[in-house]
Amino acid sequence: MTDPDAHATPPADLLACHDCDLLQTEPALAPGETARCARCNAILARNPPDSLDRTLALTFTAAVLYLIANLYPLVGLEMQGRRVEVSLFEAVHILWRDGVEPVAALVFVTAQLFPVLELSMILVVLLPLRLGRVSPRLATFFRLVRSVQPWGMVEVFLLGMLVSLVKLSHLATVILGTAFWATAALIVVLTLAARAFDTRLLWQLAPGDEGARP
Amino acid sequence: MTRQVTAREAGLMSCHVCGQLARSPHGAAQRLRCPRCGAPLHLRKPASITTTWALLLASALLYIPANLLPMMTTASLTGSQEDTILSGVVFLWESGSWPLALVVFFASVMVPLLKIFALSYLTASVQSRSRRGLLQRARLYRLVEFVGRWSMLDIYVITILVALVQFQGLATIQAGPAAVAFGAVVVLTMFAAMSFDPRLIWDPLSDPVDGDPVDPAPERPAHD
Repeated sequence: MTDPDAHATPPADLLACHDCDLLQTEPALAPGETARCARCNAILARNPPDSLDRTLALTFTAAVLYLIANLYPLVGLEMQGRRVEVSLFEAVHILWRDGVEPVAALVFVTAQLFPVLELSMILVVLLPLRLGRVSPRLATFFRLVRSVQPWGMVEVFLLGMLVSLVKLSHLATVILGTAFWATAALIVVLTLAARAFDTRLLWQLAPGDEGARP
Repeated sequence: MTRQVTAREAGLMSCHVCGQLARSPHGAAQRLRCPRCGAPLHLRKPASITTTWALLLASALLYIPANLLPMMTTASLTGSQEDTILSGVVFLWESGSWPLALVVFFASVMVPLLKIFALSYLTASVQSRSRRGLLQRARLYRLVEFVGRWSMLDIYVITILVALVQFQGLATIQAGPAAVAFGAVVVLTMFAAMSFDPRLIWDPLSDPVDGDPVDPAPERPAHD
């Protein structure tokens, strides 16, 4: 409890578990290895191989898929010769028009706005890093990525689409649009990108870590 | 277990965002920021227990209209029909897609309920400074965090149904008042899970009990 040098910076290899606050020394991890908390088993650190390049490649792919998923119709319905197709934004617009604005806003934010914010901010943070130009504003963007992350729910949205299509398949012919498949692919790529992303890398490269480089 | 040292005991605070450790000044109430990423620094999430209780209470109250009021109204040639969350599940079950009926029942009925009960239990156990089932409670919290987002399912189902079934004169679907209440339950329970600080579960371990000497050697994490 008592500390002789109360104002010195803590040792660099020391880290506290974010789930149980236990102090531990950060181990040197081989690529692909994961360190878990000795007390509560939370993941402390991961060392995904080739993190920066892989995350960038996957995030770019995700950005392209996101564009397709938002520009093209998601799903369609054919009933007695009449055909309806909607994109995600049109679906949100219809909800808004129908007077359930809070629900429309929630869908817009979780399925459309936050996923694109997350993608673009990861690019804003990682692209300069890759090019060797480190921006001091990087940390702020990364904080935004972290606060937005839990609210992007593309995978839940896809399951929701599936459920509603099953419900509708009894009364009309269901058409899966281009954007539907793009959304499915987007989920796979987003998952891979999240796995490839090593956040420690970011702080090791970032400035502001006074005295970190000679 | 009692000989392990936490950051708090060592006079350190870890940043919620980047994990950077910083010295926590004694008895200081000033606003501290992370020296590395600039995020506000706290020893523990501020007012964690009170905030979690407030959000849980609000979500428990809204859970009632979310389940009792109609989620959607279907108007067709044969008349109009109102569906609650549960009658939607029953419809799926009866139409033979029972795997989806189970998924929707679990995501829309069970998950919000489970979150409210699990977080209430966690918050109450932290308040009574319980030292039992620490690892189980840590796991329960992680489960709540992981599973919470899936209760948004019904909101998306409604969105697609309303957007697609717009055949004027043939069939239209409109979202009902339960959709707003249900959306609020999902958002509030997610905020409740975020405001709960899982480190509070372990804090009673550092309460003085039998004068156990504190071993300052940091623990080595497990590899896998």
